[in-house]
Amino acid sequence: MDGRLIMSADEIRRSIIRISHEIVERHAGTEGLVLVGIQRRGVPLAERIAVAIADHEGVTLPVGALDITFYRDDLSLVAHQPIVKGTAIPVDLNEKTVILVDDVLYTGRTIRAAMDALVDFGRPRAIRLAVLVDRGHRELPIRADHVGKNVPTARDELVKVHVTETDDEDAVRIERREEQA
Amino acid sequence: MSAPGTTAPIEPTVEHPWHHRHMLDVDVLSAADIGLVMKTTDAMKEILARPITKVPALRGRNVTIIFYEASTRTRVSFEVAAKNLSADVVNIAASASSVTKGESLVDTIRTIEALGAHMIVMRHGTSGAPYLAAEVFSGSVLNGGDGWHGHPSQALLDLYTMRAHLGDLHGKKVVILGDVLHSRVARSNVWTLTAMGAELWICGPTPILRGFDAWAGRWANGRGPSGHAGFTVTSDVDAALADADVVMALRLQRERMDAGLLPSLREYAARFGLTRERLAAAKPDALVMHPGPMNEGVEIAADVAVLDRSVITEQVANGVAVRMALLYLLSGIHGGAPEGPIGG
Repeated sequence: MDGRLIMSADEIRRSIIRISHEIVERHAGTEGLVLVGIQRRGVPLAERIAVAIADHEGVTLPVGALDITFYRDDLSLVAHQPIVKGTAIPVDLNEKTVILVDDVLYTGRTIRAAMDALVDFGRPRAIRLAVLVDRGHRELPIRADHVGKNVPTARDELVKVHVTETDDEDAVRIERREEQA
Repeated sequence: MSAPGTTAPIEPTVEHPWHHRHMLDVDVLSAADIGLVMKTTDAMKEILARPITKVPALRGRNVTIIFYEASTRTRVSFEVAAKNLSADVVNIAASASSVTKGESLVDTIRTIEALGAHMIVMRHGTSGAPYLAAEVFSGSVLNGGDGWHGHPSQALLDLYTMRAHLGDLHGKKVVILGDVLHSRVARSNVWTLTAMGAELWICGPTPILRGFDAWAGRWANGRGPSGHAGFTVTSDVDAALADADVVMALRLQRERMDAGLLPSLREYAARFGLTRERLAAAKPDALVMHPGPMNEGVEIAADVAVLDRSVITEQVANGVAVRMALLYLLSGIHGGAPEGPIGG
């Protein structure tokens, strides 16, 4: 594998457990909490947080999946339409506290799109954001409520999150962006 | 692409980018292209199940709909689909436009382009008219039905509806019954269904099968285009319907029946109408389909159209989702900017 390892499987596991505690502590319980992962790697991370919360609180929270493709602000710029991965929101979001989960927080544009998508499903009481890695370089006034690891990066670097559900390993690596051919 | 006659998986296994600028007919679609349309349609169905059925994907795009022939469901379906994607929709009824003053098709398309259209949805009575429009228009042209030639969005919604009930269509027996000669729906369905490996039967009165006979002959014994199975053409209704998984009745196009191809409507209904008695030969849970509008009591009996296994209204509902998928996929085909993730 190329790239510098910045989070090992154990570090990812501990971050998920810590975030799961933070979420419950901040909310003062689990009542009305819904986890929504952003496609694609936010979804397995949201599921892991739900498992961790079930472990220490004995409550299984609903987990949804959100595809933000149709809400992207660059749809008219990309050369081919991105392939849609699918959205599944299992519960009514009205008056719920939604924890959006994504792997990497970067420009903030994905989160802007995700919030637009979420409010089409109802009016949540609150939307909070949990990410495994915050790499900086925000272009919108957005911040995360729960962060696994803050990683200072250069813009020409790529942060790659791998999870066993889709990539056969748990690891976060940082790589140089390949030269555009 | 799979080799002819193989049973390769239909679903795209890798991310398969869409590269068609127009949707003129389904004959240019590979099995992977069709799989991508189906997958995108799934996402559109999910949007249609939401409290708010509108997403901003085509914000700022102008979709102009021009129909030179009468239509309710296709035109409204495209309009609803475009509006669900937040496109701006302009509707032109050819009968109330400068077309009646003698404006040519090419001039009309150029005018529509000058008025800001990014995509044109067009129905025309002349086979091939959308191809001419595609030559002069700088955006995307979607064929909403041209003459006897093609009706791609209908074939794709028919396919989507079949797959929703039957899954993989490999080896499933699909019968298209009725006036295939005048049917663009039948012609487009031949392409999609043979691409999906269905066992396709085309059935109707002998005078109406001319053309299809020759077509089936050209594709016989694996000589069809890459990835397309052959199909069977017959005027024997009972043989066609025996153990069928899907029976699709086609509208008898009375307005096109002046050429003496059929003795009478009543005789047609008696010999080729889809009745409960005839349907008994098909599998017990065989799907009943019809692209509409129906002549009840002619090509399909009124009591057959309302059976539990009739999916005729489902076809209409799926039509909106399929057309949303097509508009979305086609809207991405334009040059310039790099492909890539949104970037965090």
